[in-house]
Amino acid sequence: MIINNETDYGTPASLSANLVTLEIDGRKVTVPEGTSVMRAAGETGINIPKLCATDSLDPFGSCRMCLVQIEGARGYPASCTTPVAEGMKVCTQNEKLANIRRGIAELYISDHPLDCLTCSANGDCELQDTVGAVGLREVRYGYEGENHLDAAKDGSNPYFSFDPAKCIVCSRCVRACEETQGTYALTIDGRGFDSKVSPSQNQAFMDSECVSCGACVQACPTATLMEKSVIDHGLPEHSVITTCAYCGVGCSFRAEMKGEQVIRMVPDKNGQANHGHSCVKGRFAFGYATHKDRITTPMIRDNISDAWQEVSWEEAIEFAAEKLKQLQAKYGRDSIGGITSSRCTNEETYLVQKLVRAGFGNNNVDTCARVCHSPTGYGLKSTFGESSGTQNFDSVKKSDVILVIGANPTDGHPVFGSMMKRRLREGAKLIVADPRTIDLVKSPHVQADYHLKLRPGTNVALVTALAHVIVTEDLADEKFVSERCDTESFAKWKTFVAKPENSPEAMAEVTGVPADAIRGAARLYATGGNGAIYYGLGVTEHSQGSTTVIGIANLAMATGNIGRDGVGVNPLRGQNNVQGSCDMGSFPHEFVGYRHVSDTKTRALFESAWKVELQSEPGLRIPNMFSAAIDGSFKGLYIQGEDIAQSDPDIQHVHHALRQMECIIVQDLFLNETAKFAHVFLPGSSFLEKNGTFTNAERRISPVRKVMTPLGGKEDWEVTQDLANAVGYPMNYKHPSEIMDEIARLTPQFAGVSYAKIEAMGSIQWPCNDEFPEGTPTMHADHFVRGQGRFMLTEYVPTDEKASRKYPLLLTTGRILSQYNVGAQTRRTDNVAWHEEDRLEIHPHDAEELGINDADWVGIKSRAGETVLRALISERVQPGVVYTTFHFPHSGANVITTDNSDWATNCPEYKVTAVHVAKVSEPSRWQKQYQDFSDKQETLLKDRIVAHEHE
Amino acid sequence: MENQNLIKMANNIGAFFNSEPDKAQAVAGIEQHLKSFWEPRMRRQIIDYVQQDGTELMAIVAEAVRNLAAQRSL
Ligand code: SF4
Ligand code: SF4
Ligand code: SF4
Ligand code: FES
Repeated sequence: MIINNETDYGTPASLSANLVTLEIDGRKVTVPEGTSVMRAAGETGINIPKLCATDSLDPFGSCRMCLVQIEGARGYPASCTTPVAEGMKVCTQNEKLANIRRGIAELYISDHPLDCLTCSANGDCELQDTVGAVGLREVRYGYEGENHLDAAKDGSNPYFSFDPAKCIVCSRCVRACEETQGTYALTIDGRGFDSKVSPSQNQAFMDSECVSCGACVQACPTATLMEKSVIDHGLPEHSVITTCAYCGVGCSFRAEMKGEQVIRMVPDKNGQANHGHSCVKGRFAFGYATHKDRITTPMIRDNISDAWQEVSWEEAIEFAAEKLKQLQAKYGRDSIGGITSSRCTNEETYLVQKLVRAGFGNNNVDTCARVCHSPTGYGLKSTFGESSGTQNFDSVKKSDVILVIGANPTDGHPVFGSMMKRRLREGAKLIVADPRTIDLVKSPHVQADYHLKLRPGTNVALVTALAHVIVTEDLADEKFVSERCDTESFAKWKTFVAKPENSPEAMAEVTGVPADAIRGAARLYATGGNGAIYYGLGVTEHSQGSTTVIGIANLAMATGNIGRDGVGVNPLRGQNNVQGSCDMGSFPHEFVGYRHVSDTKTRALFESAWKVELQSEPGLRIPNMFSAAIDGSFKGLYIQGEDIAQSDPDIQHVHHALRQMECIIVQDLFLNETAKFAHVFLPGSSFLEKNGTFTNAERRISPVRKVMTPLGGKEDWEVTQDLANAVGYPMNYKHPSEIMDEIARLTPQFAGVSYAKIEAMGSIQWPCNDEFPEGTPTMHADHFVRGQGRFMLTEYVPTDEKASRKYPLLLTTGRILSQYNVGAQTRRTDNVAWHEEDRLEIHPHDAEELGINDADWVGIKSRAGETVLRALISERVQPGVVYTTFHFPHSGANVITTDNSDWATNCPEYKVTAVHVAKVSEPSRWQKQYQDFSDKQETLLKDRIVAHEHE
Repeated sequence: MENQNLIKMANNIGAFFNSEPDKAQAVAGIEQHLKSFWEPRMRRQIIDYVQQDGTELMAIVAEAVRNLAAQRSL
C-alpha cells in the first residue's frame, strides 16, 4: 500500500498512438487505444471502485468490484479488463451496480477481521476505502461459519509481516512478484474458499525464493503485507521525493516521514529510472542512518596509537588545515591530496576536487571509481568520445538481443535486473558471458540462449573472437561503419580481428568456451535485431579492463548497434554516484566534463572562474598515492566517504602506506576501516541529511533531498567548504544549488542543468545544454561525440595471475543483493539476515579433491597474502575457480587480491587472483593481527576524551 | 616508488600498443599515455631508470620514455 496523493488509475497506461473516443457517465473521453475502461474513467476523474486492480500491474479481473454497464453489451463487464472502443457508452454508477458491489464487499468483509481502528493500515487501506465508497452498512453473515481469521502470521522477514487473516486473495502480491520483480516467489495455493497466498512451497517468507524487494508489500491493498516499521511507528504524515544512495540504478523514492523520522521508503511511481520498483537495499535498509555507531562529533589525534579527542568543528577543521599546510611546507606542494566518493553527491564531489586543485594547488585527487569503472571512462572516451553509457534504462524494452558481460544485474542492479528479465520474458534473446552461473542464466521464465562460461581473465580473448566471427562471416554493418566511423581504423581493426589466432577455435583453448558457442553468440548479437551490451566490474576490474571496454565498443560500432533505442553500450555502475563522481572532475588528469588538465583553454577557464593558478600535469592516482606514501613523498590525505583500507586490493600494502602518512582526514558516518588509520575524523551526513544530486548509470541527474537535520550538524559540502577556507582558499556557497550553477557555467555537458530544471523535469540525463535542452536519453544518435567512431586493436595479453602448481585455483570476487560494497551501511541493518559473512564458493569437484566440506574453514593464499573464510560448496562456479564477496572487513578478501591493475587506468584486477586453498582450523595470521589492531582502535574510540573533559 | 612497479605498469601499457602494426604510432601512443596519465614524479623515475640503462622495459616502451626525456617537459 502507498500513502500518497497520486491517483491509482487501476491499469497501466497504453502507449498506443491511436486515439479512441467514448462516453463515460455522459462525459466524452479520448484515450489511447488499448486503455481500459477503468483507466479512461479515472483519467476524467471518475473513480470506479476496485480491489484487484492497480496501475503498476496488468489487469486480472478477479474481484468483480469494478463492474460497469456498457450500452449494447450483456451483463456487467469488469472495467479493469475491458478495453475502450470507439463510441462506447459506459455507465459506472446506478442502483443495480451499487447493489452488486455492496454484495461483493459484504462477502469480503464477512471473512475479514473488523479491527480497523487498531489495524496498522487504518487510514491507508484500499479495502476500507472501497467498502466505504460502495456504502456497505451491514454484514449479514457472521463469523460462525468457516473463515480465515485465525490464520497464523508470518513475521520471518525482518522488514515486513504477512498476516493472512487480512488477505482478500486479490493476487496483487503474486502478480507484483511476477510482473514487477520477476522472482515468482508467491503463488495462490488451493481453490475457491481454500485459496490462499503462499511463498514458494508453503514456506515462511525467509525460507522462500523471496528477495525482499517489497513489491508485493507495496501492491497489497490491505494490511496483510505490511512494513514492520509502520506497524511499530504508525503511518507517515508527509513525504519527500529523493534518490536511493545505494547502487547505480538510482531509484527514485518517496521518503515517508513522521516529523524527522523515516517511517518507510516507497519507490516513486514517477521515478524515471525505476518506475515505482526498488530492491531490498533501497526500500528497507535505511536504518544505518540512525545507527548507534554513527559518530557525530569531530575528533582529532596526533598519532594513530593515541586515543581520540572530541573537539568542536572549528578546532577539528583548524587542526586539519594546519597539519596539511605544515606538510606542504615541509614536503612540498604535491605531498598531499584528496579522495572523493561515489557515494557522495555531485556537489560534494565537485567541491572536494576543487579544494584539491585550487586549495592544495595540485592535481592529487582521485575517486573510488578508480577501482571500479575507470576503464569505462578510458575505453568509451577513446572509441566514442564520451566517458559514459549510451542509453537510458528504458531502452532495454526495445532490445532483441541482450549481451551481459561480467555483470550480475539481479544482484548488483536489482531494479534494472527486473526490467531486463521482463524484456527477456517477452522473448528477447540472452547471451551471458560470465565465469559463474549467475541467476540470469536460468531463473523462472528466463533462460540464457548462450552462457559463455569463460575462464576469469580472458574477456579480451572472448570479445575479440566474437569480433572475428562478425568480420569473417560478413556480419558487420558496413553501411553504418562507413557513415559513422573512422574507416581507416575500421580497416585496420578488421585485418587484426580476422587473424586466425583470434578465431573462436584458437581462443577456445584460452577462454575455455567452445568455439561453436562463440560463433553462435556472435551471429545472434550481430543479426538478431537490436543488440544491447550491458557490462559491469567483471569487465573493468582486470589487467586488460580498458581493452575489453574498447572491444565492446568495437562490437557495437561494427554491428551498427549504437545511436538508437534498444541498442548501445551500457556500463552498469556500482555505487550510486560513480557516473557523477567521474563527471565532476574527480580524476587526477581531468577537470569537470572530462577535459584534460593539460588543455590550456580549459585551464584558463577554470583559472579565471576559481581565481587561482592551476597545475597542468596529472596528479597521483589512488594506487600511486600509496606507492608515494611508502617512498615518503606523499604525507597527507583528505578522504570523503570512502573506505580505501577495506575496499582496495593488496590491503596489507595499503595499510602499510596509510601508516606512513602523517595526516589522514576521514569524513564518514562511521569509524570505518580507513578511519582506524586517521588523525582527524569529521562526521559525515547520510543521504537523508543533505541536499544535492546523484547521477546514475544512465547519466540521469536526480535530486537528493534533506529530510532530517544532519546528526553531526553539517552537510558534507559545508565541511569541505570550511576546510577550504581554513587552508586559505575561500569558498562561500550558501546552498548546493549554487555549486550546481557553477558546474553548469563551467561544463558544456551540464550547461542547461539547474535545480529549477531538475525540480520541473524530475531528473535530467546529461548532456543538457542549448543543443539538448531536455537532456539526452540516447547518446551518439546522429554522430559520435568524437566525430567519427574509432576502432582500436585489442590484443589479448594473459594476466600474470595464472593457475600454477603453487596457486592452482583462480579466485574471482563479486557482490550479492543484500549487501552493498564494503558493507558499512548494510552490515548495520537487518540485511545481515541474508548474508552474515563472506564465504568462499568452491565447486564440489575441487572441494572433494581438497577434502573440504560445506561450512569448513578454508585458508586462501595468494602471492599477496592469506585469509580464512568458510566454504560454500556450489556448482555456480566452475571447477578451477573459487569466488567470494568482500562485504565484511575481517574476511580479508583484499588481503589476497594483488597489485595487478588495468594497463590504462590502474583499476585493480579484483577479478583474477591465483590462489591455493586448503582446509584449516583457525583464522590467518593477518586476520588475527588485524583483529587486534581493530579492537585496539575500537577501544581508542570508546575511551575517547569527550569534548567537555577536554576543556 | 618502486621501480619494479613502474616497470610493470609501463610494460602493460606497451603490451596494449604492441599490436599496432605501425611502430612509430605505437611509440607515440605510449608516450602520450605516459604524459596524460602519469604524475611527473613517476615519469621522472622511469626516465631515470632508462637513463641508468635499465633493461627490463619493452623496446617500444623504452623508446617512448627516451622521447619523453628528450622533451624535458617535466
Ligand atoms: S518481497 Fe519481492 S520477491 Fe519477495 S515475495 Fe514480495 S514481490 Fe516477491
Ligand atoms: S496478500 Fe495482499 S495483495 Fe496478496 S492476495 Fe492478499 S490482500 Fe491481495
Ligand atoms: S536497485 Fe539500486 S538504486 Fe534501486 S533501490 Fe536497489 S540499491 Fe537502490
Ligand atoms: S478491480 Fe476489476 S476485477 Fe478487481
